Amino acid sequence: MKPTPALNRSLWVFHLNTGSCNGCEIEIVAAITPRYDPERFGIKLVGSPRHADVLMVTGPVPKKMKERVLRVYAQTPDPKVVICCGTCGESGGVYYDSYNLDGPIDDVIPVDVYISGCPPRPEAILHGVVKAIEKLERLERGAA
Amino acid sequence: MADWTAFLYAILGTVLISFFGMGFGLGILGVDRKLAAHMQARIGPPLRQPFIDFRKLLLKENIVPENAIPWLFNAAPVFALASSITILLYLPIGGLPPVLGNYGDIILVMYLLTVPALAMVAGGFASGSPYATVGAQREMITMIAYEFPLATVLIALAWRLSVLGVANPFSLSALTATPVWAMAGPLGAVGAVLLLIVLILVTPGELSRVPFDTPEAETELAGGLIVEYSGRNLAMFYLAQGVKTVAMTSVIVALFFPWGLSGLIPGSPVTGFVADLIFYVIKVLAVVFISVSVIRVVMARFRINQVVTLYWVFIGGLGILGLLLLVLDSLGGV
Repeated sequence: MKPTPALNRSLWVFHLNTGSCNGCEIEIVAAITPRYDPERFGIKLVGSPRHADVLMVTGPVPKKMKERVLRVYAQTPDPKVVICCGTCGESGGVYYDSYNLDGPIDDVIPVDVYISGCPPRPEAILHGVVKAIEKLERLERGAA
Repeated sequence: MADWTAFLYAILGTVLISFFGMGFGLGILGVDRKLAAHMQARIGPPLRQPFIDFRKLLLKENIVPENAIPWLFNAAPVFALASSITILLYLPIGGLPPVLGNYGDIILVMYLLTVPALAMVAGGFASGSPYATVGAQREMITMIAYEFPLATVLIALAWRLSVLGVANPFSLSALTATPVWAMAGPLGAVGAVLLLIVLILVTPGELSRVPFDTPEAETELAGGLIVEYSGRNLAMFYLAQGVKTVAMTSVIVALFFPWGLSGLIPGSPVTGFVADLIFYVIKVLAVVFISVSVIRVVMARFRINQVVTLYWVFIGGLGILGLLLLVLDSLGGV
C-alpha cells in the first residue's frame, strides 16, 4: 500500500521490548515528555500493535522472544515502519555473540531505521522518528 | 403535501446533521487535544490532527483477528457511529429544533446514549481477545454506574417542569423552552448547580475519558475494548467518539444553557440562525473544556471499583441532594 501525507503526520508508535534493560524505555518515555512534545507532529504512543504505524523495538531478542516479535510484527497493520532503538537491537550490544540470542532485531524482522546509543538520548530518538518520516516520504514519491 | 415536506425535512436534516456531527466531532477532539497540550505546557498537535488521524486510519490495513466473530466484529463500529449520529437527531443544534423532536424525548436520548457503548461492548466480546473481554466487562460496569446519576438529573429537571404544569415535561422542546434557572428560587438555583456538576462529572464516564477510561486503559488493557480494531473499523470508532462527544455536550447545553442569540440580533432570520449556530458551537466547546479537557488533565485513572463507588455513592448522592433542593424550592414557592 502506498503511504500518503496523512500517515507521515499521524504516526502512532507501539513500543515493543524484546528483553531490553529498560534504559531505552526510560529514554523513550523522556522523549514523549512536554520538553520534547512529539505530539506536535501527531506522534503518540498506543497500547496495541493493531493501532500502530511504527514499531519501536528495543532489546537484543533472546530465543524465547523471537516468536513474540514475529507475532507482534504480523499483528501490526500495513503500511508500517520498524525502528530499532538502542545498541542491543543493532548488534546485540553487551550480549553480542551470546548463546541465547536470536537477534539482533534485523535477523528477525526487517528494520527501517536504526537509532544508536546505549541508551540513545531523547533527541536521538526523535531524530530517528524524523528519519522514519523521511523514508515514508521517499516511499510516497515512489523511490525505494 | 404537509407529510411530504416533513419527510423531506427529516431526510435533509439527517444528512446535514450527520455531516455536521462528524466534522464538528473531529474538530472538538482536536480542540480538546490542543487545550490539554497547552495546559501541560506543550505546543500540542495542530487543530486538524484528528482529521489527519482519521484519514490515516482509513488507509491502513483492516485486520479481522482469527478468533473474532467477523460479522459482529465488523458491525460494531457501524452501530456505534450510526447510533451516535441518531442521538444528534433528537437534540436541538443551535437555533434548529431537533429534526426528529416530535418522535422522541429526553428519556429516549438517555437510552440512545448507551447504544454506542453497547456496540463497543459487543465488538469487544466479538474480538476474541482477553484484553477486549475484560474491557467490555468494565464498560458494562461503568455504564451501570453512571446511568443512576444521569437519570437523577433528567428526572429532577422534568419533575420541576411538571410542577409548573407543563404538558409533556420530558420533551426536549419543553425542557429547552424553560431552562431550570428561570423557574427556580435561590434554593432551586443551588440545586440546579449541583445537578449541572453531576452531569459534567457523568460526561467523562459516558465518553470513556480520563479519569473514567477504565474500560480502555491503555497501560493495563492495551486499549481494552478496541484492542483488536485496526484500520477502517478503528477509524469508525474514532469518529463515533467525536460524534458522541458532540451529543453528550449538546445534552448539557440543551438542558442548562439553551439560550440563543437570534432574539437579540436584529436582521434577517439567516443572520439569527448563523449567530445561534456560532453561539451553540462556543457553548459546546466551553462544556467540553470543563467536562473533558480540564478533568482529564488534572486527574489520573480510577480503578473500576472506585468508579462504581464514586458514581453511585458520591455523584449519585450529589444528584439526589440537587433533586431535594429543587423539591424544597418548589414546595416553598407553590
